[in-house]
Amino acid sequence: MPDQPQTTSNGTYSHAAASKSEALPPGTQAPAFELYSTPDQTVALNDLQGRPVILAFYPADWSPVCGDQMTLYNEILPGFRPFDAQLLGISVDGKWCHAAFARERNLHFPLLADFEPKGEVARAYGVYRGREGICERALFVLDDAGVIRWSHVSPLGVNPGADGILRALESISTKEVVDR
Amino acid sequence: MTESQSPTLMPPIGNGDHVLGPSTASVQLVEYGDYECPYCGAAHAIVQQVLSRMQNRLLFAFRHFPLSQIHPHAERAAEAAEAAGSQGGFWPMHDMLFAHQNALSDVDFARYAASLNLDVERFIEDLSEKRYAERVRKDFLSGVRSGVNGTPTFFINGRRHDGPWDLPNLLTAVEHAAASPVR
Repeated sequence: MPDQPQTTSNGTYSHAAASKSEALPPGTQAPAFELYSTPDQTVALNDLQGRPVILAFYPADWSPVCGDQMTLYNEILPGFRPFDAQLLGISVDGKWCHAAFARERNLHFPLLADFEPKGEVARAYGVYRGREGICERALFVLDDAGVIRWSHVSPLGVNPGADGILRALESISTKEVVDR
Repeated sequence: MTESQSPTLMPPIGNGDHVLGPSTASVQLVEYGDYECPYCGAAHAIVQQVLSRMQNRLLFAFRHFPLSQIHPHAERAAEAAEAAGSQGGFWPMHDMLFAHQNALSDVDFARYAASLNLDVERFIEDLSEKRYAERVRKDFLSGVRSGVNGTPTFFINGRRHDGPWDLPNLLTAVEHAAASPVR
């Protein structure tokens, strides 16, 4: 219910669009979720523990741009592989919409449907735009224990690219080497 | 990276780049593009206009960013441009490819090479040996690192241009950078 006060994970109230300051910050344990990635399969965040995870929240499928964010990350996938990072795209589109979009753009990573309850996962991460009913363009990089190590909210009209993701993955893997 | 700054081009324009204009120009414009991308096709004409208006005040460089998952000919087209470049014909081939975005097969590339009076045998061999695939890959990776976020992506004086790139807007952005050069 976008018009009613929502309690965010740190206990504050937010009404309409999430602002940059509401996206869950580094150091937070990433909220668990399980969402449809295909019409009959789900992906549960907890199943991915043991490897870094990149969560790419985005407003909608089917933007009329060649190199939209999901298409871009699809090209860059080999760059995430050395870190054994799993990329997940999340929008409020339904699972059938995602299926068609993923097929058309030849995507090789899951698109998750934050469809019902609408935007619930995006809200848990502080990145739901209640007024428009879509996710912010927000990135989260989680380490292999499911802790958020980097988050970034981009203006809706600006595709953030992958440079921030790669720096975050590098910094995580460096720290893990140091900690051993 | 602070959120108020747009991403930075890495590496800056250097000796390996394909450039148009004087290295002393106060504005540097870099485009990452894909020969099979219709938006890059549109941008090609726009960049030519910008170059003509800016004359010797602008240094332009083009780097490859083929979206090979959705554009099956893009990677090969980039290699064709590089193969032509090894014979001094990068820019003519670059123009040719954008002028024929619907004809980007290997046979087409050989035809273009012939019409540009290149050594076609050598050109074909370079392509089949994939001699320039690594160079194209390096461009792509530099784009990823620099924060390329679609095709085309422009960098003005090393900073990603996030505004519109129609002629009036791109020209304004470039003129603005010329008026206040940051080195």
